[in-house]
Amino acid sequence: MKKTDRPADPSKVTPQLTRRGVLSGTLALGSSAALSGAQARSISGGVPWQPAEANAPVEATPTVAGGAWQFFTAAERDFIDAAVSRLIPNDELGPGAKEAGVTVFLDRQLAGAYGQGASWYMQGPWQKGEETQGYQSRMSPAEIYRAAIKAIDAHCAQHYDGKTFAGLSDEQKDEVLTGLEKKTISLEGADAGTFFTLILQNTTEGFFSDPIYGGNRDMVGWKLIGFPGARYDYRPYVKRHGEKLDLAPVGIKGRPGWTPA
Amino acid sequence: MARKLPATDVVLVGFGWTAAILGQELTDAGLQVVALERGGWRDTSTDFAVTFAQDELRYYFRRALFEQPARETVTFRNNTGQTALPMRHLGSFLPGTGVGGAGIHWNGQTWRFLPSDFVARTHNEQRYGKLPDDMTVQDWGVTYDDLEPYYDKFEYLCGISGKAGNIKGQIQEGGNPFEGPRARDYPNPPLDMVLAPTLFEKAARETGHKPFACPAANMSRPYTNPLGVQMAPCSYCGFCEKFGCGNYSKSSPQTTILPVLMRKDNFELRTESEVLRVLHDQQAKRATGVVYVDAQGEEWEQPAELVILCAYATHNPRLMLLSGIGKPYDPKTGEGAVGKNYAYQITSSVDVFFDDAIMNPFVGAGALGVGIDEYNGDNFDHSGLGFIGGGYIACWNTGGRPIERHPVPKGTPQWGSKWKAAVAKNYMTSLSISTHGAVMSHRGNYFDLDPTYRDAYGQPLMRMTFDYMDNERRMSDYLTDRATEIAKAMNAREVNPKKRTGPYSIVPYQTTHNTGGTIMGADPKTSAVNRYLQSWDLHNLFVMGACVFPQNAGYNPTGTVGALTYWAADAIRTQYLKNPGPLVQA
Repeated sequence: MKKTDRPADPSKVTPQLTRRGVLSGTLALGSSAALSGAQARSISGGVPWQPAEANAPVEATPTVAGGAWQFFTAAERDFIDAAVSRLIPNDELGPGAKEAGVTVFLDRQLAGAYGQGASWYMQGPWQKGEETQGYQSRMSPAEIYRAAIKAIDAHCAQHYDGKTFAGLSDEQKDEVLTGLEKKTISLEGADAGTFFTLILQNTTEGFFSDPIYGGNRDMVGWKLIGFPGARYDYRPYVKRHGEKLDLAPVGIKGRPGWTPA
Repeated sequence: MARKLPATDVVLVGFGWTAAILGQELTDAGLQVVALERGGWRDTSTDFAVTFAQDELRYYFRRALFEQPARETVTFRNNTGQTALPMRHLGSFLPGTGVGGAGIHWNGQTWRFLPSDFVARTHNEQRYGKLPDDMTVQDWGVTYDDLEPYYDKFEYLCGISGKAGNIKGQIQEGGNPFEGPRARDYPNPPLDMVLAPTLFEKAARETGHKPFACPAANMSRPYTNPLGVQMAPCSYCGFCEKFGCGNYSKSSPQTTILPVLMRKDNFELRTESEVLRVLHDQQAKRATGVVYVDAQGEEWEQPAELVILCAYATHNPRLMLLSGIGKPYDPKTGEGAVGKNYAYQITSSVDVFFDDAIMNPFVGAGALGVGIDEYNGDNFDHSGLGFIGGGYIACWNTGGRPIERHPVPKGTPQWGSKWKAAVAKNYMTSLSISTHGAVMSHRGNYFDLDPTYRDAYGQPLMRMTFDYMDNERRMSDYLTDRATEIAKAMNAREVNPKKRTGPYSIVPYQTTHNTGGTIMGADPKTSAVNRYLQSWDLHNLFVMGACVFPQNAGYNPTGTVGALTYWAADAIRTQYLKNPGPLVQA
């Protein structure tokens, strides 16, 4: 086999993919799209790195009172407020999912790549399959929410004197949610169990994720359990076994009362 | 039609751990090496900086670092009686994509397999008699003694923190006394322990076991590896598992090799370049190169003298099948080797709830834990137990990430005020003991090409047919019972064993320890590659990764993957380059 003595010149190897192209083809600042990469490129002679370059998270747009919703209609917001309030209630232990901004979180998530199932395999043919084979719906998360909310409100109208889900008593809401969870309610146009699994998972995400995504407002989810947030150095605490540390939580953007230098 | 590029000496398919090691070794040998990676470039300071790395939603729940099923996935069924359906989003396992591969988001649990693991058929049959007919367990064709120097090399590259249990046959106090003999201790001492593993250690000792700090690719102190690359002490931030390390404290291709390799004149990386197939000349028994597609959808042919498959374990066997290399495995006849012996890992856990022992679970690291090895491999007498193999039992403290960690006692509802109260009460004051079991190979567990579903490039997806068999279920139950005994010795409020029940499901996350499909061995009829990971069919094609494991052992695979890569690199450098041809005569 031939051994190469000379350094390779990538511009000769692949005229289209040059190192110059690498250096000018900057990763978009603040764009998560950079992770998936938009362009093939050749890298040699060192690591491609530029000062201040960072693939930082994209912050959810905050809601302005009474507006700026990206996915939910007003009726859907009422449903979500009511449902997440039962999944993680506001009670003697503190604020629940609604107070934590989970409705905003869900709105932003469903309006974006996640809601579209952008990274999911969404080609047919479609069939239900076994439980062990996982998600097999042809609907994206956004489509499931839209269809299921409509179907649940229709179910409630039929069984609870024309009321919507949001208009039910807490006991009645729990009855409906339990019916979805146990799959004893079947919905028109959406799978009850799939929707329940999804909304429970997404509500938990919204309650406990970093506040930049719109939920976990004032870090109430983290305060509930004592999670100190996006810290990265716990070395002083490793050996403090059994000690209650009471570390104030901090998010990626910091915390109230904390000003970056 | 693919446009043909000038030839190179070596083309590496994929650019994770195995390709980074081979890139370094083969450029050192003076070869011109090109690596083709389907994902993008990424690095510590730009893609998971300490200022935003601790983002549970983005990195784990929105899968920022992992393979995207929209581009390619597997189809799955439990047995041939079912129709395989696509894994539409990730669950049970999390293959990587992008530079560094799954080496970015692994925990860092870095084990050696036992000497008896490498001769699983011979050893078990000698001790217990003939194995069941449907158990297709094989010897590896390589021994622990062969691999010892290469395990050592990988451990020193990574800077593993741990305590030796056996140095040249001398048992060492505080280490794993069951491990095979090693030439020297780990390069770094064990990590400092938080409370939960310490409670496990005490209970394990009281129940007659020999607990030890698990070997970790998380730095217990500053470290400079043999390539001169520096790593920083771990800050116990609890974001290793499923995350990239922002602190240069977890070993990955980026933190151990790339700063050196990327500077070399005889190395080139092309990102966003997905290999579709290996080209070959069957008559000449040679691979001639690969075809890949770039981000613009343009196809390129990269001719090479040496083709090395370094993609994830679910992809290398697929590339072999898509390229028509070797004989596809047929579960009916047992003939053919490509796709044979897919295996995985079988895990279970025991949750332990205390009233007032504050664990501070968020102070953690991916491989921070204490384990015992009494019930791994053949470290114990299996007579009358109805299974072979075993696994370790450990208490890991990988972090207290709040979307993922909701330990609640048995009988707690899944939502509502009772759930909220249970999470609030137990988040700080519970721990979990996990068992990590081997999976023996069975005739009906295998890979082939799916007849229906295709990837974004129109190529058939890999079809996985897999379920746990009686051997694994009995073994996992046995391990869970032992873990429960240790848990009970902790005098906790509640002990909740979670045994394995029902068929294997692709839904909940378990481990990214997929093995087999292009297994290594001594016989070309029953294995796809020889003891040097060289294709039996095309002598200039080598296959890396856990896909060469004939069955899976009761440990995390990365240590053995690293050792095998160095072993193969050495064979290429010292034997193959001098005399290109089969390194083992069929």
